[in-house]
Amino acid sequence: MFSIFKMAFRNIWRNKRRTLITATSIMFAVFFAVAMQSLQKGAWDNMVSSVINYYFGYAQVHKKGYWEEQSINKAFAVNDEITNTKKSPIEEYIPRIESFALASSGPRTKGTLVIGVDPELENSLTDLKEKLIKGTYFEASDKAVVIAEGLADYLKVDLRDTLILVSQGYRGVNAVGKYAVKGMVKFPSGELNNQMLYLPLAAAQQFYGAEELVTTLVLKTDQPKAIKQTVANLRHELDTNKYEIMDWEEMIPDLVQARELDEFGSTIVLWILYLIIGFGIFGTLLMMVKERSYEFGVLTAIGMPRWKQSLIVWLEIIFIGIIGAIAGMILATPLVLYFKNNPIQLPQEMAEAYEKFGVEPIIPMAFDPKIFLLQAFVILGMVTLMALYPMIKISLLNPIKAMRE
Amino acid sequence: MKEIVIKASGVHKTYNETKVPVHALRGVDLEIEKGEFTAIVGPSGSGKSTLLNIIGGLDRPSEGKIEVGGKDISTLSDNQLIDFRRENIGFVFQAYNLIPVLTAKENVSFVMELQNRSKTEVDNRVKELLDAVGLGDRGDNRPAELSGGQQQRVAVARALAPKPTFILADEPTANLDSTSTANLLDIMARLNKEENITFVFSTHDRRVVDRARRVITLVDGKIQTDEHFKR
Repeated sequence: MFSIFKMAFRNIWRNKRRTLITATSIMFAVFFAVAMQSLQKGAWDNMVSSVINYYFGYAQVHKKGYWEEQSINKAFAVNDEITNTKKSPIEEYIPRIESFALASSGPRTKGTLVIGVDPELENSLTDLKEKLIKGTYFEASDKAVVIAEGLADYLKVDLRDTLILVSQGYRGVNAVGKYAVKGMVKFPSGELNNQMLYLPLAAAQQFYGAEELVTTLVLKTDQPKAIKQTVANLRHELDTNKYEIMDWEEMIPDLVQARELDEFGSTIVLWILYLIIGFGIFGTLLMMVKERSYEFGVLTAIGMPRWKQSLIVWLEIIFIGIIGAIAGMILATPLVLYFKNNPIQLPQEMAEAYEKFGVEPIIPMAFDPKIFLLQAFVILGMVTLMALYPMIKISLLNPIKAMRE
Repeated sequence: MKEIVIKASGVHKTYNETKVPVHALRGVDLEIEKGEFTAIVGPSGSGKSTLLNIIGGLDRPSEGKIEVGGKDISTLSDNQLIDFRRENIGFVFQAYNLIPVLTAKENVSFVMELQNRSKTEVDNRVKELLDAVGLGDRGDNRPAELSGGQQQRVAVARALAPKPTFILADEPTANLDSTSTANLLDIMARLNKEENITFVFSTHDRRVVDRARRVITLVDGKIQTDEHFKR
């Protein structure tokens, strides 16, 4: 077996230039494939992370049916059954009570999304405090609001002005409240900026007449990649007839679909790239087999089994593939690491579009070993498939004809 | 009692690759005994190479039977023939046909390694044979670093290494100068005597014919003469 490896390894250096050209073409294919996939994954990860950290979190717990019909009447109490599940990888449950209300100041009235939050926990997830442009952040005991800038403009209110909120509370009670504006936040998304109003959780529960109740528990995890498993475990632990547990993919399927569509497009481009490289490798293979049919004839004549000859050719191609793939990965690594740590800053117009959706206007590259390994497997699969050609040729080879040619 | 190594009975070979069939062999009957040093001669197209290919299991007869060591090889499959050749036949080709990426030592040991012989046995045999062909100091050279005569001596050592039943040499001296030819023939004659290995040559070369103890002349695919000499 050793001599088979030795022969294969030495054979690839018989025509150094051809080997180097083939390996170089594989190297560039792997380099571009890794760079392209890392960029795409980085961009999407950034987008998903922004969206998740912006509002949704990686998963949420609601009363069963809430997501379908988002009503204050589907509020629930956080009991021991739920708090007992708060163990690794679940860092925290971040409570919210959310519903719509009419906000009024003087002659102006507007429908708003009034969200009751635990100020510190909410800030740990969404960095709400960082979005303050005026005033101060509220505390848990406050009876004051933090208002989005666009909504404040519409209602013509400023800090310390009073806002009247009117809504239908839990189980039909009248919800009416009067709150001072303590802080003003700005969201890049116009939609959020024109309708968001935050209250401390206790004040909001009192306003909605839903003491001790929440509509949403946002799950904060230290293992976001394992969120599917975490959700599955939670579904096992909680009574799913009472609660619904949804991960971010279930809550924002449009984003998932957009990502899949984008990835499908780039997969096609990637396969076209591989196809071009594949033809290059196949050309090398054709030449190798043609040039060496005399030698295969001799090897067959002196008693070398055909499968061993095929194995040599396969190993040669694999060696070239591995050399090219490793070189491509080595070439791509510093690039990917650089743009992971120094993301591409989007130009002004694109940046504004990103910010509108609450996404940081940068494109980092993702450094994911899976992307690198995938290239190795694709190259390995491709050359294995192509090695069928010389295997078939060797299996049909007539040693006399081969030596005569 | 004499041991028959090769026995050809009524061997015909017809090539039908063109519209007109070519009858390369027309009923060859032949027996070669162990330890013979035989040259098959004849003009071009007389069927020498065809007969050698059929004896060596590289080609099949259209009619007739070939037995090697009492075994009918005409009925073996292609893959069985490969195994058979590896275990029983040593080949020496006109163009040496060494494996260019292997050193002289590695070329000589190649078939033995295919046979999964022990490393000690392989190493001893390689040293013994390279010394015997006068290339003990060139074992680490690759074929391209050796002269034609030296390459052919390595080829002989490779053919002899696994101690085959017989050696088939197709025009082994055709590309060699007189000194190399004489040298090579000395080596083969010595090994033939010392190891009692059977040699069968196909040749045009008078110098080979002069050293053979048996000369078979083929004309138009038939044995015309079969002479024995005491040398």
